[in-house]
Amino acid sequence: MITFTNNSDSEEEPCNERTSLMSAESPPVPSYQDGLQASEAGETQSHRKRRTGSSRSPNNTANGSTSGSSVPVRESAVENEEEELTLKYGAKHVIMLFVPVTLCMIVVVATIKSVRFYTEKNGQLIYTPFSEDTPSVGQRLLNSVLNTIVMISVIVVMTVFLVLLYKYRCYKFIHGWLILSSLMLLFLFTYIYLGEVLKTYNVAMDYPTLILIIWNFGAVGMICIHWKGPLQLQQAYLIMISALMALVFIKYLPEWSAWVILGAISIYDLMAVLCPKGPLRMLVETAQERNEPIFPALIYSSAMMWTVGMAKPDTAARGPSQQMWDTAEDGRVNHRSPSHSNSEILETRSPGATHPVTSLEELEEEERGVKLGLGDFIFYSVLVGKAAATASGDWNTTLACFVAILIGLCLTLLLLAVFKKALPALPISITFGLVFYFSTDNLVRPFMDTLASHQLYI
Amino acid sequence: MGAAVFFGCAGIAFGPALALVLLTVAAEPLRVIILVAGAFFWLVSLLLASLIWFISVHLSDQEDARLQFSLLVFGAAVSVLLQELFRFAYFKLLKKADEGLAMISGDGRSPISLKQMAYVSGLSFGLISGVFSVINILADSMGPGIVGIHGDSPYYFITSAFLTMALVFLHTFWGVIFFDACEKRRYWCLGLVVASHLVTSGLTFLNPWYEASLVPIYIIMICMGAWAFFTAGGSFRNVLKCLSCKRQEDSRVMMYSALRVPFED
Repeated sequence: MITFTNNSDSEEEPCNERTSLMSAESPPVPSYQDGLQASEAGETQSHRKRRTGSSRSPNNTANGSTSGSSVPVRESAVENEEEELTLKYGAKHVIMLFVPVTLCMIVVVATIKSVRFYTEKNGQLIYTPFSEDTPSVGQRLLNSVLNTIVMISVIVVMTVFLVLLYKYRCYKFIHGWLILSSLMLLFLFTYIYLGEVLKTYNVAMDYPTLILIIWNFGAVGMICIHWKGPLQLQQAYLIMISALMALVFIKYLPEWSAWVILGAISIYDLMAVLCPKGPLRMLVETAQERNEPIFPALIYSSAMMWTVGMAKPDTAARGPSQQMWDTAEDGRVNHRSPSHSNSEILETRSPGATHPVTSLEELEEEERGVKLGLGDFIFYSVLVGKAAATASGDWNTTLACFVAILIGLCLTLLLLAVFKKALPALPISITFGLVFYFSTDNLVRPFMDTLASHQLYI
Repeated sequence: MGAAVFFGCAGIAFGPALALVLLTVAAEPLRVIILVAGAFFWLVSLLLASLIWFISVHLSDQEDARLQFSLLVFGAAVSVLLQELFRFAYFKLLKKADEGLAMISGDGRSPISLKQMAYVSGLSFGLISGVFSVINILADSMGPGIVGIHGDSPYYFITSAFLTMALVFLHTFWGVIFFDACEKRRYWCLGLVVASHLVTSGLTFLNPWYEASLVPIYIIMICMGAWAFFTAGGSFRNVLKCLSCKRQEDSRVMMYSALRVPFED
């Protein structure tokens, strides 16, 4: 997956750092490791932390097993709870990712279908130097493969560069790079987008209003993404910049090159995250060793802050709250299984009446979420957007690609829960998406069109 | 024409389905996942059916209109059979998932029952089937045009919308009945579901003659609805109880939950 980087000398530079699915950890557990593994590792750690009362740097689950002699005895009991937690949070995590991915795709498809600008051919990026305007099919295919090679090499070089910078602790350079790239996205691309939308709907806007809007949008975006802001606002901004980047790709990548690039990127993602010397894997491992989060500006985080004790009807919410004033040792809420907490609720219900509820509401804890790199958002949206742009006005193809990508994401998260390590989010979804695109466009569309012309239903 | 027809037909076709999704599915993550996975299974079945149709069309004489029409009928029948086959495959997958969920969960019961899964999977098949049938028609209805200018029926849009609504409901009911039949191994029920699907699809062949196609399809839908209602455990007493909104028994049940988890279906 690609996130953004910037070189000041080039305008539309694809981004580089690829991250894969990550799980959110709240700051005291600093290592942001890809995948749900970290959330489980974190839960394991925090379970152990609760029981042993010590705080350690949670590196990997192997460390935890050496924490104390009492731990192995409790581990089997903890494991069952963790497995159930995995699944419970697994389903919730999937939805926490479905929603932003769907929103990003909706923005991209809506723009593609309404604003003509993003489907017009207006030249190509320098990363795809070979033109596809050739008469023969073979030449066109060759040019698209060459374009792909150029693009992927640029991406590899940039990713390796980023990993080297990170390894040699050139944080200022990286931060400057990221800030410049998000500046460009939030101001320049938004300006272009707004201009095109206004042109499409023939709405006049004067420059002072435009400057006011763009300035506010961009400034708040920079603050939310790079510093602090309400979580949902940050998520919204990340979705918007992913959509903008995807639109740029849809506009400037030539037809066949786009499909070959999508395929090649998913293979690259697979290798970069899973191979021992892959750049992304090295990035993740380095970040783990140093117990640092990986560039929060480039990752969509679905971690929720929820107020314990808020009026939620289900027992899962009441459970932890009971635990909070039962057993809070280090102030972390650990979400036990509701069945476990059911018995606790009743035992503690009567003393609970005497406790003022407001004290619970003051305590906020962060629930573990899942993190997904912005590059994933971008490439999913590129696939669906291209399907919307080029599939001869057919909505079936777009929908089929959409369902395929969601199922791929679901399967990837399932694998994450099983393997508990960093996984690339692109391969399965993009493969399904590509298969469904080509088959729906060529096979299903004529079938459904013929059926619809006779008003037949199947 | 234009926005009025678009919104009207979209509301007719997907209003009930959307209400069902918002009220029953959207709140539970597991049900949303089952919904999306069901849509995926239906899409795969459609893909295979289209592949078969495509191959048959390209192997045959494309000028012969009668042959092409019979190939279309053949394609539609194959598609119906494949849809039911994939419904069965989805049943198998959900059954395994149900066992897995039950094993993993703390009290040995899965967080979602097979009947709920049957309902959600039926709804998912219905939604995706309806969407694929009618979305291009809806998109066209937004633009300029005259319906039936070449002698076709001018009621194309509205009848398509009503057919889609019926289809969504039918798939939901078929899902409930099908899963229950598979669970209790009543193969005659399965056969009846498949047969009614084939009959419904066949009735749409009568299509510009809407009295002969829409009315029987709605009758089938009502019958299937009643059958699904009784299969899912409904009865007149349940309906009365639900309508009279009795609540006092529940609180007593809660107090005993320390002893035994109340069995809900």
